[in-house]
Amino acid sequence: MAEAARAKPKPTPETQHFWDGTKAGELRLQRCDACANVYFPPRPFCPSCASRKVSVFKASGKGKLYSYVINHRPAAPGFTPPYAIAVVELDEGPRMMSNIVDCPQTPEALVLDMKLEVAFEKLDDKITLPNFRPAKG
Amino acid sequence: MRRNAVAVVGAAETTELGVIPNMSQIQLHADAALNAIADAGLKLSDIDGFATAVESPQQVCHYLGIKPTWVDGTSVGGCSFMLHVRHAAAAIEAGLCKTVLITHAESGKSMIGKLPRSIPADSLQGQFEAPFGVYGPPSMFPIPVLRFMKTYGVTHEQLASVAVVQREWAAKNPRASMKDPITVADVLNSRMIAYPFRLLQCCLVTDGGGALILTSADRAKDFPRKPVYILGTGESVETPMVSQMETFNSSRAFKVAGPLAFKEAGIAHKDVDHLMIYDAFAHLPLYGLGDLGFMPYEETGKFIADGNTRPGGKLPLNTNGGGLSYMHSGMYGMYALQESVRQMRGIAPAQVNDAKISVCHGVGGMFAASGTIIFTNEK
Ligand SMILES: [Zn+2]
Repeated sequence: MAEAARAKPKPTPETQHFWDGTKAGELRLQRCDACANVYFPPRPFCPSCASRKVSVFKASGKGKLYSYVINHRPAAPGFTPPYAIAVVELDEGPRMMSNIVDCPQTPEALVLDMKLEVAFEKLDDKITLPNFRPAKG
Repeated sequence: MRRNAVAVVGAAETTELGVIPNMSQIQLHADAALNAIADAGLKLSDIDGFATAVESPQQVCHYLGIKPTWVDGTSVGGCSFMLHVRHAAAAIEAGLCKTVLITHAESGKSMIGKLPRSIPADSLQGQFEAPFGVYGPPSMFPIPVLRFMKTYGVTHEQLASVAVVQREWAAKNPRASMKDPITVADVLNSRMIAYPFRLLQCCLVTDGGGALILTSADRAKDFPRKPVYILGTGESVETPMVSQMETFNSSRAFKVAGPLAFKEAGIAHKDVDHLMIYDAFAHLPLYGLGDLGFMPYEETGKFIADGNTRPGGKLPLNTNGGGLSYMHSGMYGMYALQESVRQMRGIAPAQVNDAKISVCHGVGGMFAASGTIIFTNEK
């Protein structure tokens, strides 16, 4: 029951490719064809140079832990506290908010700059979320 | 903008602050407005310019019976009122209006007549932040602080001292919500909210409001209160998504707004007698001290922990007790402005002796927006 109440993304025309990607097991970013800027969140133009010539590509899914909080209260619907809300810095440059799975939700286990890799969590037939877990090896 | 061309001639908070179960949000606006009108010795019919945030200008103008020729509904969070002051000063200078009323009110605790705030699932925040468990400011605003601590060597004890020092100021303010002294140990043993922040490092949730009245400096001398002049102003926005800030080591919006105001004012940091830095959470004064250029970021935590901002210290900061101890209705910027005006009038409960220049720096959202106003009582 609790999981049903978790905030669920609703894709827009500009973000659909990202959510199609996570569903297919890919973390998709966008790169500007004019200035090579890699950016997130999705939009059909480059926020650095305003070019509309941009391409979607499959990112490595690797990154590192940039910062986080461990939320105790109030907990969001669908979450059991304490849980970490993290910002991951992707190897390609952009940062994104995520949760860290397969890892104790403690300051001792969550060390800034630790290497992470994407771990997809299917919420339903339409939405798969990009979580991250400590990188193997 | 010309220095000292516009002045604050009326300033007041709501009659009560804290828990106000007998007033809706719109009436809190009116209560603050009527107090400010009385403070300025004006009638409502004298007001020809109006600004507010969250509530629409038409809502509050209709409720009060104001017929404005200039309105501003800029709503960028808690620093909206700093932006209103800046915009109002420009509008008065441009001749669009003569006497501007700015109101803020929020039934933040009692939630009477408060507009709902929700994040649509198809917004960028709804898609790329909300699904990961953010739920209100305590789960979002502190997200950058661990990175800031690592980069600059700031300690948990230093961040706890922010709350301790501000409680010392609050103890001198009869209207502050929390006045009992606290220690660093009390802060570090208080209930965990969102690691690394505990209860005493998070702002209060209260009811209240405030209002300001601005007019040209030429007219200001005919008012009953000592005019408080607008010496310099700045504003900016960055992003509504805390995860998308350019860096967690500083706030881009702070770094634009603050220096703009200093440049416009033509002052150096050593000229500042009194400082307000909007403290929704304990890390904000550190970001503010660094981003406004008072000192290197590495020194900000130690500067506060060493007592430099406490009563009697060399840089009095958040002298009403701040959002951590004075009050925080949700959009605290108006209360920071009120304290700066009190200090410049020389009537603050914790008055800084001989203060002539006050810097009032605000944040909106989670580092999403910023506004800085520099006041002086000398023309
Ligand atoms: Zn580009």
